[in-house]
Amino acid sequence: MSKFKKKKNSEVPAVNTASLPDIVFMLLFFFMVATVMRDDELQIENQLPQANQVEKLAEKKKVVTIYIGKPSPNFTKQYGVTEVIQLGDKISPITDVRTYVDTKRNAMDEDVKDEMMVSLKVDQNSQIGILTDVKQELREAMALKISYTSVEGDPLRNLKN
Amino acid sequence: MARRSAPEVNAGSMADIAFLLLIFFLVTTTIEVDSGIASKLPPPLPPETKPPLIKEKNIFQVVVNAENRLLVEDADMEIGDLTDAAVKFLDNGGGTLPQNSCSYCRGDKDPESSDNPKKAVISLVNDRQTSYKMYLAVTNELVRAYSILRDREAKRLYNETFSSMTNRFAEWPATEKENNPEYDELEERIKKVQELFPRNLSEAEPQNRE
Repeated sequence: MSKFKKKKNSEVPAVNTASLPDIVFMLLFFFMVATVMRDDELQIENQLPQANQVEKLAEKKKVVTIYIGKPSPNFTKQYGVTEVIQLGDKISPITDVRTYVDTKRNAMDEDVKDEMMVSLKVDQNSQIGILTDVKQELREAMALKISYTSVEGDPLRNLKN
Repeated sequence: MARRSAPEVNAGSMADIAFLLLIFFLVTTTIEVDSGIASKLPPPLPPETKPPLIKEKNIFQVVVNAENRLLVEDADMEIGDLTDAAVKFLDNGGGTLPQNSCSYCRGDKDPESSDNPKKAVISLVNDRQTSYKMYLAVTNELVRAYSILRDREAKRLYNETFSSMTNRFAEWPATEKENNPEYDELEERIKKVQELFPRNLSEAEPQNRE
Protein backbone atom coordinates (compact mmCIF):
# COMPACT_ATOMS: atom_id res chain seq x y z
CA MET A 1 0.00 0.00 0.00
CA SER A 2 2.61 2.43 1.00
CA LYS A 3 4.26 1.93 -2.34
CA PHE A 4 1.27 3.43 -4.14
CA LYS A 5 0.77 6.24 -1.71
CA LYS A 6 4.25 7.51 -2.25
CA LYS A 7 3.71 7.97 -5.94
CA LYS A 8 0.69 10.19 -5.56
CA ASN A 9 1.41 13.87 -5.36
CA SER A 10 -1.11 15.41 -3.02
CA GLU A 11 -0.70 18.96 -4.46
CA VAL A 12 -2.77 20.00 -7.49
CA PRO A 13 -0.46 20.93 -10.36
CA ALA A 14 -0.58 24.57 -11.40
CA VAL A 15 -2.55 25.32 -14.57
CA ASN A 16 -0.30 26.21 -17.44
CA THR A 17 -0.90 29.88 -18.25
CA ALA A 18 1.47 30.08 -21.18
CA SER A 19 -1.43 30.46 -23.65
CA LEU A 20 -3.16 33.18 -21.67
CA PRO A 21 -1.45 35.99 -23.63
CA ASP A 22 -2.67 34.41 -26.85
CA ILE A 23 -6.25 34.43 -25.68
CA VAL A 24 -6.00 37.99 -24.47
CA PHE A 25 -4.39 39.09 -27.72
CA MET A 26 -7.19 37.51 -29.64
CA LEU A 27 -9.75 39.51 -27.68
CA LEU A 28 -7.61 42.61 -28.04
CA PHE A 29 -7.48 42.31 -31.82
CA PHE A 30 -11.22 41.81 -31.96
CA PHE A 31 -11.86 45.02 -30.08
CA MET A 32 -9.25 46.92 -32.03
CA VAL A 33 -10.87 45.93 -35.30
CA ALA A 34 -14.44 46.46 -34.13
CA THR A 35 -13.81 49.84 -32.56
CA VAL A 36 -14.97 52.91 -34.40
CA MET A 37 -13.73 56.04 -32.77
CA ARG A 38 -16.53 58.51 -32.20
CA ASP A 39 -16.19 61.68 -34.22
CA ASP A 40 -18.40 63.71 -31.99
CA GLU A 41 -18.29 64.04 -28.25
CA LEU A 42 -21.90 63.85 -27.16
CA GLN A 43 -23.18 66.55 -24.86
CA ILE A 44 -26.73 65.24 -24.84
CA GLU A 45 -28.50 62.08 -23.84
CA ASN A 46 -28.86 59.90 -26.89
CA GLN A 47 -30.46 56.56 -26.43
CA LEU A 48 -31.71 55.34 -29.79
CA PRO A 49 -35.07 53.58 -30.11
CA GLN A 50 -35.66 50.21 -31.74
CA ALA A 51 -37.27 49.51 -35.10
CA ASN A 52 -37.49 46.52 -37.40
CA GLN A 53 -37.91 48.09 -40.84
CA VAL A 54 -34.35 49.32 -40.87
CA GLU A 55 -32.05 49.72 -43.83
CA LYS A 56 -28.31 50.04 -43.76
CA LEU A 57 -27.02 53.56 -43.74
CA ALA A 58 -25.02 54.83 -46.71
CA GLU A 59 -21.24 54.96 -46.58
CA LYS A 60 -19.79 57.15 -43.92
CA LYS A 61 -18.56 59.82 -46.29
CA LYS A 62 -22.08 60.43 -47.53
CA VAL A 63 -23.65 60.78 -44.11
CA VAL A 64 -24.25 63.90 -42.08
CA THR A 65 -25.34 63.30 -38.50
CA ILE A 66 -27.61 65.47 -36.41
CA TYR A 67 -28.19 64.60 -32.76
CA ILE A 68 -31.26 65.57 -30.80
CA GLY A 69 -31.88 65.00 -27.11
CA LYS A 70 -31.94 66.48 -23.66
CA PRO A 71 -28.62 67.93 -22.47
CA SER A 72 -26.57 65.60 -20.26
CA PRO A 73 -26.51 66.39 -16.53
CA ASN A 74 -23.22 68.30 -16.91
CA PHE A 75 -24.73 70.71 -19.40
CA THR A 76 -28.18 71.35 -17.96
CA LYS A 77 -26.98 74.52 -16.25
CA GLN A 78 -25.92 75.96 -19.57
CA TYR A 79 -28.57 74.65 -21.92
CA GLY A 80 -31.62 73.88 -19.77
CA VAL A 81 -33.56 70.65 -19.64
CA THR A 82 -35.55 70.69 -22.87
CA GLU A 83 -34.40 69.02 -26.08
CA VAL A 84 -31.55 70.61 -27.97
CA ILE A 85 -29.78 69.97 -31.25
CA GLN A 86 -26.15 68.95 -31.41
CA LEU A 87 -24.28 69.60 -34.64
CA GLY A 88 -20.77 68.25 -34.79
CA ASP A 89 -19.49 68.43 -31.27
CA LYS A 90 -21.40 71.40 -29.93
CA ILE A 91 -24.97 72.22 -29.08
CA SER A 92 -26.36 74.68 -31.61
CA PRO A 93 -29.52 76.65 -32.22
CA ILE A 94 -31.99 75.50 -34.87
CA THR A 95 -30.97 78.32 -37.20
CA ASP A 96 -27.53 76.73 -37.65
CA VAL A 97 -28.86 73.52 -39.13
CA ARG A 98 -29.03 74.80 -42.68
CA THR A 99 -25.53 76.25 -42.63
CA TYR A 100 -24.16 73.08 -41.07
CA VAL A 101 -25.69 70.82 -43.72
CA ASP A 102 -24.53 73.11 -46.52
CA THR A 103 -20.99 73.23 -45.16
CA LYS A 104 -20.89 69.45 -44.85
CA ARG A 105 -22.24 69.05 -48.36
CA ASN A 106 -19.69 71.40 -49.82
CA ALA A 107 -16.91 69.44 -48.18
CA MET A 108 -18.02 66.23 -49.90
CA ASP A 109 -16.69 64.86 -53.15
CA GLU A 110 -18.50 66.12 -56.21
CA ASP A 111 -19.88 62.72 -57.17
CA VAL A 112 -21.47 61.90 -53.84
CA LYS A 113 -23.07 65.28 -53.15
CA ASP A 114 -26.40 64.19 -54.55
CA GLU A 115 -26.44 61.05 -52.47
CA MET A 116 -25.94 62.84 -49.19
CA MET A 117 -28.01 61.39 -46.40
CA VAL A 118 -28.86 62.98 -43.09
CA SER A 119 -28.86 60.59 -40.18
CA LEU A 120 -31.12 61.82 -37.40
CA LYS A 121 -30.05 60.39 -34.08
CA VAL A 122 -32.87 61.30 -31.77
CA ASP A 123 -33.13 60.26 -28.16
CA GLN A 124 -36.08 57.95 -27.70
CA ASN A 125 -37.57 59.95 -24.85
CA SER A 126 -37.54 63.33 -26.51
CA GLN A 127 -40.61 65.06 -27.86
CA ILE A 128 -40.79 65.39 -31.60
CA GLY A 129 -41.53 69.11 -31.82
CA ILE A 130 -37.89 69.98 -32.31
CA LEU A 131 -37.44 67.13 -34.79
CA THR A 132 -40.16 68.66 -36.94
CA ASP A 133 -38.39 72.02 -36.91
CA VAL A 134 -35.19 70.30 -37.98
CA LYS A 135 -36.99 68.54 -40.80
CA GLN A 136 -38.38 71.86 -42.03
CA GLU A 137 -34.85 73.28 -42.04
CA LEU A 138 -33.59 70.24 -43.94
CA ARG A 139 -36.28 70.73 -46.55
CA GLU A 140 -35.17 74.31 -47.01
CA ALA A 141 -31.58 73.12 -47.32
CA MET A 142 -32.68 70.56 -49.94
CA ALA A 143 -31.30 67.72 -47.85
CA LEU A 144 -34.21 65.43 -48.52
CA LYS A 145 -32.80 62.00 -47.89
CA ILE A 146 -33.03 61.28 -44.21
CA SER A 147 -32.77 58.27 -41.97
CA TYR A 148 -34.17 57.86 -38.49
CA THR A 149 -31.24 55.99 -37.05
CA SER A 150 -32.41 53.21 -34.80
CA VAL A 151 -31.26 49.93 -33.33
CA GLU A 152 -32.64 46.80 -34.89
CA GLY A 153 -35.26 45.32 -32.59
CA ASP A 154 -38.93 45.32 -31.76
CA PRO A 155 -40.41 48.85 -31.79
CA LEU A 156 -43.25 47.90 -29.51
CA ARG A 157 -40.80 47.12 -26.75
CA ASN A 158 -39.83 50.80 -26.60
CA LEU A 159 -43.31 51.74 -25.61
CA LYS A 160 -43.62 49.39 -22.71
CA ASN A 161 -41.22 51.18 -20.41
CA MET B 1 34.96 30.65 -28.39
CA ALA B 2 32.54 28.82 -26.26
CA ARG B 3 29.09 28.93 -27.69
CA ARG B 4 26.60 30.38 -25.29
CA SER B 5 22.91 30.27 -25.94
CA ALA B 6 21.21 33.65 -25.60
CA PRO B 7 19.20 33.90 -22.40
CA GLU B 8 15.46 33.63 -22.95
CA VAL B 9 13.40 36.76 -22.44
CA ASN B 10 10.85 36.34 -19.72
CA ALA B 11 7.46 36.63 -21.34
CA GLY B 12 5.50 36.30 -18.13
CA SER B 13 4.36 39.93 -18.17
CA MET B 14 3.16 39.78 -21.76
CA ALA B 15 -0.32 38.89 -20.56
CA ASP B 16 -0.39 41.93 -18.29
CA ILE B 17 0.52 44.27 -21.11
CA ALA B 18 -2.06 42.72 -23.37
CA PHE B 19 -4.68 42.98 -20.64
CA LEU B 20 -3.91 46.64 -20.20
CA LEU B 21 -4.44 47.32 -23.90
CA LEU B 22 -7.54 45.16 -23.93
CA ILE B 23 -9.12 47.05 -21.07
CA PHE B 24 -8.33 50.35 -22.75
CA PHE B 25 -10.13 49.28 -25.93
CA LEU B 26 -13.00 47.76 -23.99
CA VAL B 27 -13.61 51.05 -22.23
CA THR B 28 -13.30 53.30 -25.28
CA THR B 29 -15.33 51.16 -27.67
CA THR B 30 -18.74 52.42 -28.67
CA ILE B 31 -20.16 50.36 -31.45
CA GLU B 32 -21.85 52.84 -33.76
CA VAL B 33 -25.37 52.17 -34.95
CA ASP B 34 -25.49 52.25 -38.72
CA SER B 35 -29.04 51.28 -39.49
CA GLY B 36 -32.22 53.27 -39.65
CA ILE B 37 -35.61 53.82 -41.25
CA ALA B 38 -34.97 55.62 -44.50
CA SER B 39 -37.37 58.34 -45.46
CA LYS B 40 -37.65 61.15 -47.97
CA LEU B 41 -38.74 64.69 -47.22
CA PRO B 42 -40.86 66.57 -49.74
CA PRO B 43 -39.04 69.46 -51.41
CA PRO B 44 -39.98 72.95 -50.23
CA LEU B 45 -43.11 74.25 -51.90
CA PRO B 46 -43.56 77.62 -53.54
CA PRO B 47 -45.70 79.79 -51.25
CA GLU B 48 -49.00 79.79 -53.11
CA THR B 49 -49.41 76.12 -54.00
CA LYS B 50 -52.78 74.57 -53.62
CA PRO B 51 -52.83 71.12 -52.06
CA PRO B 52 -53.72 68.45 -54.61
CA LEU B 53 -57.26 67.21 -54.54
CA ILE B 54 -57.48 63.77 -53.01
CA LYS B 55 -60.72 61.96 -52.38
CA GLU B 56 -61.55 61.48 -48.74
CA LYS B 57 -61.76 57.73 -49.15
CA ASN B 58 -58.22 57.54 -50.49
CA ILE B 59 -56.78 59.01 -47.31
CA PHE B 60 -55.93 56.90 -44.30
CA GLN B 61 -55.76 59.28 -41.39
CA VAL B 62 -53.44 58.43 -38.51
CA VAL B 63 -53.26 60.87 -35.61
CA VAL B 64 -50.95 60.59 -32.62
CA ASN B 65 -51.68 62.90 -29.72
CA ALA B 66 -49.55 64.26 -26.90
CA GLU B 67 -50.34 61.31 -24.65
CA ASN B 68 -49.08 58.92 -27.32
CA ARG B 69 -52.59 57.66 -28.06
CA LEU B 70 -53.43 56.59 -31.58
CA LEU B 71 -56.48 57.67 -33.56
CA VAL B 72 -56.95 55.89 -36.87
CA GLU B 73 -59.77 56.93 -39.19
CA ASP B 74 -61.54 58.60 -36.26
CA ALA B 75 -61.41 55.54 -34.05
CA ASP B 76 -59.18 54.61 -31.14
CA MET B 77 -56.66 51.92 -31.99
CA GLU B 78 -53.85 49.98 -30.35
CA ILE B 79 -50.54 50.18 -32.17
CA GLY B 80 -50.42 46.41 -32.59
CA ASP B 81 -53.39 46.57 -34.97
CA LEU B 82 -52.06 49.45 -37.06
CA THR B 83 -50.19 47.42 -39.67
CA ASP B 84 -53.16 45.18 -40.42
CA ALA B 85 -55.45 48.18 -40.78
CA ALA B 86 -52.99 49.91 -43.11
CA VAL B 87 -52.55 46.78 -45.23
CA LYS B 88 -56.31 46.42 -45.49
CA PHE B 89 -56.64 50.02 -46.59
CA LEU B 90 -53.84 49.92 -49.18
CA ASP B 91 -54.85 46.57 -50.60
CA ASN B 92 -58.54 47.42 -50.83
CA GLY B 93 -58.75 48.08 -54.57
CA GLY B 94 -62.28 49.49 -54.46
CA GLY B 95 -62.00 51.33 -57.75
CA THR B 96 -64.69 50.28 -60.23
CA LEU B 97 -63.84 52.44 -63.23
CA PRO B 98 -61.31 50.91 -65.61
CA GLN B 99 -58.74 53.69 -65.07
CA ASN B 100 -58.59 53.30 -61.32
CA SER B 101 -59.30 49.64 -60.73
CA CYS B 102 -56.59 47.43 -59.25
CA SER B 103 -55.99 44.04 -60.81
CA TYR B 104 -53.51 42.72 -58.24
CA CYS B 105 -55.26 43.82 -55.05
CA ARG B 106 -56.69 41.11 -52.86
CA GLY B 107 -58.65 43.32 -50.47
CA ASP B 108 -62.36 43.59 -49.76
CA LYS B 109 -63.09 45.97 -52.66
CA ASP B 110 -64.95 48.18 -50.22
CA PRO B 111 -66.28 51.21 -52.14
CA GLU B 112 -65.80 53.35 -49.00
CA SER B 113 -62.06 52.65 -48.85
CA SER B 114 -59.15 53.32 -51.22
CA ASP B 115 -59.49 52.97 -55.01
CA ASN B 116 -56.05 51.53 -55.65
CA PRO B 117 -52.61 51.56 -53.99
CA LYS B 118 -51.27 54.24 -56.31
CA LYS B 119 -53.92 56.67 -55.14
CA ALA B 120 -54.01 55.62 -51.51
CA VAL B 121 -52.28 58.04 -49.19
CA ILE B 122 -51.47 57.50 -45.55
CA SER B 123 -51.52 60.76 -43.68
CA LEU B 124 -49.71 60.92 -40.36
CA VAL B 125 -50.41 63.81 -38.01
CA ASN B 126 -48.41 64.21 -34.82
CA ASP B 127 -48.57 66.48 -31.88
CA ARG B 128 -45.41 68.36 -30.95
CA GLN B 129 -45.46 66.62 -27.60
CA THR B 130 -45.60 63.12 -29.01
CA SER B 131 -42.60 61.16 -27.84
CA TYR B 132 -40.07 60.11 -30.42
CA LYS B 133 -40.30 56.42 -29.62
CA MET B 134 -44.04 56.45 -30.29
CA TYR B 135 -43.53 58.40 -33.50
CA LEU B 136 -40.89 55.97 -34.68
CA ALA B 137 -42.99 52.94 -33.74
CA VAL B 138 -45.93 54.30 -35.75
CA THR B 139 -43.71 55.09 -38.73
CA ASN B 140 -42.18 51.65 -38.45
CA GLU B 141 -45.58 49.94 -38.46
CA LEU B 142 -46.73 51.92 -41.49
CA VAL B 143 -43.54 51.16 -43.40
CA ARG B 144 -44.04 47.53 -42.45
CA ALA B 145 -47.46 47.57 -44.13
CA TYR B 146 -45.82 48.64 -47.38
CA SER B 147 -43.10 46.01 -46.99
CA ILE B 148 -45.65 43.24 -46.49
CA LEU B 149 -47.50 44.17 -49.66
CA ARG B 150 -44.34 44.64 -51.70
CA ASP B 151 -43.02 41.30 -50.52
CA ARG B 152 -46.25 39.66 -51.57
CA GLU B 153 -46.24 41.17 -55.05
CA ALA B 154 -42.54 40.48 -55.59
CA LYS B 155 -43.13 36.87 -54.57
CA ARG B 156 -46.00 36.57 -57.01
CA LEU B 157 -44.16 38.15 -59.95
CA TYR B 158 -40.56 37.05 -59.43
CA ASN B 159 -40.73 34.35 -56.75
CA GLU B 160 -38.45 36.34 -54.47
CA THR B 161 -39.35 38.64 -51.61
CA PHE B 162 -38.87 42.36 -52.09
CA SER B 163 -36.56 42.61 -49.11
CA SER B 164 -34.32 39.90 -50.52
CA MET B 165 -34.23 41.74 -53.84
CA THR B 166 -33.22 45.03 -52.25
CA ASN B 167 -30.62 43.25 -50.14
CA ARG B 168 -29.12 41.64 -53.20
CA PHE B 169 -29.17 44.99 -54.96
CA ALA B 170 -27.39 46.76 -52.13
CA GLU B 171 -24.74 44.10 -51.76
CA TRP B 172 -23.93 43.82 -55.45
CA PRO B 173 -20.15 44.00 -55.88
CA ALA B 174 -19.23 47.43 -57.19
CA THR B 175 -16.96 46.08 -59.91
CA GLU B 176 -19.71 44.07 -61.60
CA LYS B 177 -22.31 46.79 -61.99
CA GLU B 178 -21.36 48.14 -65.41
CA ASN B 179 -23.09 46.54 -68.38
CA ASN B 180 -24.37 43.67 -66.34
CA PRO B 181 -27.79 42.58 -67.62
CA GLU B 182 -28.56 40.74 -64.38
CA TYR B 183 -27.98 43.88 -62.34
CA ASP B 184 -30.10 46.02 -64.63
CA GLU B 185 -32.87 43.47 -64.54
CA LEU B 186 -32.88 43.44 -60.76
CA GLU B 187 -33.07 47.21 -60.69
CA GLU B 188 -35.95 47.12 -63.14
CA ARG B 189 -37.83 44.59 -61.03
CA ILE B 190 -37.39 46.58 -57.84
CA LYS B 191 -38.72 49.68 -59.57
CA LYS B 192 -41.71 47.76 -60.84
CA VAL B 193 -42.70 46.43 -57.44
CA GLN B 194 -42.22 49.88 -55.93
CA GLU B 195 -44.58 51.28 -58.53
CA LEU B 196 -47.25 48.75 -57.63
CA PHE B 197 -47.21 49.94 -54.03
CA PRO B 198 -45.65 53.41 -53.93
CA ARG B 199 -44.89 54.66 -50.44
CA ASN B 200 -47.32 57.58 -50.20
CA LEU B 201 -46.70 58.46 -46.61
CA SER B 202 -47.56 62.06 -45.99
CA GLU B 203 -46.70 63.94 -42.85
CA ALA B 204 -48.60 67.02 -41.96
CA GLU B 205 -46.97 69.65 -39.81
CA PRO B 206 -47.54 68.82 -36.21
CA GLN B 207 -50.12 70.79 -34.41
CA ASN B 208 -50.84 71.61 -30.86
CA ARG B 209 -54.44 70.86 -30.31
CA GLU B 210 -56.16 72.72 -27.59
